[in-house]
Amino acid sequence: MAATEPTDRAPVGSKRRLGGLRRTLAPVSEARGMTRTMLWFGAGLTLSFILIAVFAPVIAPYDFDTFQANGQRFAQLEAPSADHLMGTNVQSTDVLSRIVWGTRTELKVVLVSLFFSITIGVPLGLLSGYFGGKLDRVLVLVMDALFVFPFLLLAIVIAFLLADKVGQGILTAAIAITVVYIPLYFRVVRNHTISVREEPFVEAARALGARPFTVIRKYVFFNVVQNVPPLATLNAADAILTLAALGFLGYGIQPTDGAEWGYDVNRAVSDAASGIWWTGLFPGLAIVLLVVGLTLVGEGLSETINPVLRKRPKVDVDLGSTSEDEAGIL
Amino acid sequence: MSVRALRVYYGTLRGTVRAVDGVSLDIGAGEVLGLVGESGCGKSTLGRGILGLLPEGAASDGEVLYNGQNLVTMSDKELRGLRGPELGLIFQEPMTRLNPLMRIEEHFAETLKQHEPSLDNREVRRRSLETLGRMGIPPTRFRQYPHEFSGGMRQRIMIALALVLRPKLLIADEPTTSLDVIVEAQILRILADLREDFGTALLLITHNLGIVAEACDRVAVMYAGQIVEEGSARQVFSEPAHPYTRELLRSTISLDTTKLHSIPGAPPNLIAPPSGCRFHPRCPDAMHVCVTKAPIEQALDGSRRVLCWLHGPAGEVPDDGWSQLERQQIAVAEEA
Amino acid sequence: MSALESPQEDVLVSVRGLKTYYSLRGSFGQRLVGREAGHVKAVDDVSFDLYRGEVLGLVGESGSGKTTLGRTLLGLVPATEGTVTFEGEEITHKSERDLRALRRRMQIVFQDPHASLNPAMTIEQSVGHPLTIHRIARGGEYRRRVSEALETVGLAPAEQFLDKYPSDLSGGQKQRAVIARAIILNPLLLVADEPVSMLDMSVRAKILELMLNLKREFRFTYLYITHDLATAKFFCDRIAILYLGRIVEMGPSAAIYDDPKHPYTKALLRAIPEPDPLRSVPRDLPRGEVPDAASPPLGCSFHPRCSVAFEVCGWESRDLRDLLEIRWAQLSEAEFEAERSTIGDIVPLDAPSTSFRLAAGSGREGGDVLTLLETIRRETPDEPFWKGVRKLTAADRYVEVELFTPLVPRLLPLGSSQVECHLYDHDALQEAGNRRAETL
Repeated sequence: MAATEPTDRAPVGSKRRLGGLRRTLAPVSEARGMTRTMLWFGAGLTLSFILIAVFAPVIAPYDFDTFQANGQRFAQLEAPSADHLMGTNVQSTDVLSRIVWGTRTELKVVLVSLFFSITIGVPLGLLSGYFGGKLDRVLVLVMDALFVFPFLLLAIVIAFLLADKVGQGILTAAIAITVVYIPLYFRVVRNHTISVREEPFVEAARALGARPFTVIRKYVFFNVVQNVPPLATLNAADAILTLAALGFLGYGIQPTDGAEWGYDVNRAVSDAASGIWWTGLFPGLAIVLLVVGLTLVGEGLSETINPVLRKRPKVDVDLGSTSEDEAGIL
Repeated sequence: MSVRALRVYYGTLRGTVRAVDGVSLDIGAGEVLGLVGESGCGKSTLGRGILGLLPEGAASDGEVLYNGQNLVTMSDKELRGLRGPELGLIFQEPMTRLNPLMRIEEHFAETLKQHEPSLDNREVRRRSLETLGRMGIPPTRFRQYPHEFSGGMRQRIMIALALVLRPKLLIADEPTTSLDVIVEAQILRILADLREDFGTALLLITHNLGIVAEACDRVAVMYAGQIVEEGSARQVFSEPAHPYTRELLRSTISLDTTKLHSIPGAPPNLIAPPSGCRFHPRCPDAMHVCVTKAPIEQALDGSRRVLCWLHGPAGEVPDDGWSQLERQQIAVAEEA
Repeated sequence: MSALESPQEDVLVSVRGLKTYYSLRGSFGQRLVGREAGHVKAVDDVSFDLYRGEVLGLVGESGSGKTTLGRTLLGLVPATEGTVTFEGEEITHKSERDLRALRRRMQIVFQDPHASLNPAMTIEQSVGHPLTIHRIARGGEYRRRVSEALETVGLAPAEQFLDKYPSDLSGGQKQRAVIARAIILNPLLLVADEPVSMLDMSVRAKILELMLNLKREFRFTYLYITHDLATAKFFCDRIAILYLGRIVEMGPSAAIYDDPKHPYTKALLRAIPEPDPLRSVPRDLPRGEVPDAASPPLGCSFHPRCSVAFEVCGWESRDLRDLLEIRWAQLSEAEFEAERSTIGDIVPLDAPSTSFRLAAGSGREGGDVLTLLETIRRETPDEPFWKGVRKLTAADRYVEVELFTPLVPRLLPLGSSQVECHLYDHDALQEAGNRRAETL
């Protein structure tokens, strides 16, 4: 941190905001050993999927629902070949293309649902934890009630209810997943808020005459929010599975709206019996790899950021470094 | 127990912390030795280092001789056998050391049976109650849980738990910091009486000079990982030989304080301690030699020793080393 | 409260009959049936004045209510009863919103410098936040004032600290930053809650010196809350000694330290470890610890630990249990077993009462218990508890114990101080005399 740099910028500059973020993530760069490997491997996997999603139009040989090229229909269930690296499925579409476009769908849904569940769950948790009282009791009751349902069932019910009004697109799937994850963020944020609320610096802020919302925004939020990234990454992994499960069960994204791995796996079930492995294996593998990548990042993050799980990095000590000033003793 | 050239280093990402750097110390049977220093001077590490209770990532060498055995090179298993019956340890926060789900009775039974498996239940009970009684814990409360006791009582129980095995040496690391002043004095009274009551030697680690003065026979003053002065409490407090001891005594606020005094600067970080004498940047008496050469331990009258060039050896000081060091103004920013 | 009357214009804060009770969260069962678990009297009927420009020390051990008193004074904790008047304005019953404007004029410095700064804010943001909250300064003016405050507390040059985070600073530097934040609005009153107790010896003096300099420069009024009589002696003009939520002695520092009146003050002063090797740890200290504030002793709260307590101090059943247990701790196992079996269940003694039964052990009779009590009395005649005994009567299966009714001590003027102790209360002494005559 550059110490001497008298500037006349506004007190809260963007650089300093980033500084705060850098401090939060500082332990990540200090991670060592197993944790470091986990983090880097997970990040590599996740990043490749993100790149695939971003550059889908470039990478995918065909569109996700293309079943013919140059006026010629693709063969049904064709084994992997030079034309179709991962073969084609029962609808004659290119499996590779479906996986590439599917990456886009999966990440879109996950991003939208994370965005919603964080922007709803975190503020509710902050308010509930900071103010306590009746508000807290009601919110906890509602959230716990949501928690009680098996999450897949809940997602299905919501997807089903929304299907009439919004249609079975990305938004529906995202909302269905959002509702499932709001209680998670709410709980984590609320519990941390309750403990941060008791910190002297929060009382100090009250003593300064700060309004409750100022206290929450400037004193509580930043000390609570660092628990969100690990949770969000782990959730993302979970959300992929939920989305795939919805798709598999037929409540997810409609095949006309976009490619979705869960749906593909479902269609591939009958193929497997007749020895056609490529329609099922590749989407399945994609699900596994993305989930593993995200989980590794999430676990790595929580191990480095969470002080309870955090281990002091072990550094070897060289006792042989006897410098001349020790010669005098004894 | 005698400690010779003990070094304990910690590895951190920023570098190696020399928490204990060449410490020699003797604790006689039945003696109360006070180890005093500011926070971060390595006194707690020294206490744990003596017992071989070091966290992962720490390395130590030197000698800790107890009954002719060197504890530093001893295996963990052998050390565990010594800890308890021979060497005891009392911590700062007693509640964290008592298992909240175990009755006091069970704590004692477990400790005693681990080290003396041949004891029968009656004997366990007799010895526990006797030790507890001397600490002022009534036998009626033997079957209660730790949370039913107050802070001072818990510390008494901890002391009793350490003493029930009749160790020869007890190391007490800031045993009274979380206690009220009257309770603190009660506990200190117990510790100061250990010699008569149990024949146990005590190493009392504290930052409070008052506690050392009142409870200890001898005192060792620690600064930046080294012992800078050692001697009888009476001598050290009435005529401190090391400038640090003198300045520390002057900056202590007691009922007799009429003028505030403080030591300029802050304790050095132990990753890259100052050259020469580690106190020289803050020392009002610093000479040129202090910057360049580490002081050599000098024995003074009686059993005193001091680590300061003011006390020689004169032959080792270069000709131009005696002149007073020019003090540059230390900005408050550099201080604590 | 006529004894406390004083020239009004000099009074900055006036506290009258202040009580702060916390309700206890009961056990799970109690909460299920919705029963109140009682309350802790953290501050119990405290009155004093704080004059402009003075330093008043609130000295007490843990559980004395000193911290709660400071918080209540600032309106951070709601008062249960009584009033706090700040500059002639009653603040105890103001809403949080109305209090906010007042906070510019009263500030607090907390004990733990490591926890009182937001770890996610830079020093500039932390110290300058009061300016933003009260919409006093922004932009260049903001920066100028923050730098000025930092340099006032010795964090100079300020540029070196503005962009740092609390974790980059040492304990002393953090406490300086906390003080800078407290003085940036130029308040009238500074409540300092143990500002140096978490700092190292060599740093304490520097922070105290800083606070004294600030006082001289800005004419602050301090309420210095501490458990440390040594720093209080140096720092304070007047001292109030608190014990279990009540002021037991209050007066000018000189009077308190040179001629302490209350037995508790005397004990506190004796217990402080002094860096003087000719002294040794005192032996004649009050026994036991500060009792649970949820059910304080009857009469004078200090009586169970007081070596000079007498007939009227509030003797009760719990004191008998303590007496027995202290005795048993010193007996050999066999002696203990013998005495323990003579007496039955001693748990009922935990319910405070001045007239109660001490049951006999199984197979024993009231007469045996009485004989034992008389033996103990003969062996420990100096034990103050016996002064409180009005009558011991043996019945078939128990001993009926009757103690004298407790008198609650009053805070009475004595010389330049005020003391709350029966020893200095003429009426109480007289009553004690009457009672003594009764038992003879």
